[in-house]
Amino acid sequence: MTTFLFYFFAILTVVAAAGVIAARSPMYSAMSLVGTFFCLAAIYALLLAHTIAVLQVLVYAGAIMVLFLFVIMLLSLGEAVGPAKVTFPRVVGGIASAVLFAFLVVAARPFVPVGAQPPPSFGTLQSIGAQLYTQWLAPFEAVSLRVLVARVGAVVVAKSRV
Amino acid sequence: MDGISITLQHYLFLAALLFSLGVFGVLVRRNALVVFMSVELMLNASNLTFLAFARDAGMDVGHLPALFVIAVAAAEAAIGLAIIIAVFRSRGTVNVDDIRTMRL
Repeated sequence: MTTFLFYFFAILTVVAAAGVIAARSPMYSAMSLVGTFFCLAAIYALLLAHTIAVLQVLVYAGAIMVLFLFVIMLLSLGEAVGPAKVTFPRVVGGIASAVLFAFLVVAARPFVPVGAQPPPSFGTLQSIGAQLYTQWLAPFEAVSLRVLVARVGAVVVAKSRV
Repeated sequence: MDGISITLQHYLFLAALLFSLGVFGVLVRRNALVVFMSVELMLNASNLTFLAFARDAGMDVGHLPALFVIAVAAAEAAIGLAIIIAVFRSRGTVNVDDIRTMRL
């Protein structure tokens, strides 16, 4: 069952990710990206990362994509016209990313799976929260400050007159 | 457990494929918004790697970096999209080939 679910969602993820890059209009790209995030959330759930799967849907597919859609609608960009052409930079980009993929696969091969049995509390909100507010408190506060600075920066940058 | 069970490598290969697709998008697309979405794909691929290793090791401490990646991606999306809006205001385009003031 896990095997079927993994391949089902893995193929959907890759197809949607390819759709992000291949779509002619940024709006279709954004919609494919939402699909990618949902399928990835399912993969995360397969990895018993329930909390992260929920956050993926809430923050990525929810908040971040709404931001993207607002900007796409705000800029009202036209669609690219004509069929996609095979140009020299695209061929070079394709070769470069194929080489990168080959390197990553070679790098991922030697890892011997530990196959450890996860404890019952694995990936629960309680377990994640307990670690977040003890061991990881300093990075958590740093990230919260970073998000605050980013929000202020976004307002200042996007304003027409400061 | 059936014959072809899903191991750590399956997840790592999926993450590698997603990351490569993201790199491909950054390299070939000229629309700054789509370049940005490709970067999000790469961030998600790294998250998948974190979670795959956490599941394999049976320790959910690996979920916390993934949590921080999501938070940083939210901050990055806010500031990045603000920059795209500012550039569109002054140049009237989001094509990364037309934005070349800082290029030699």
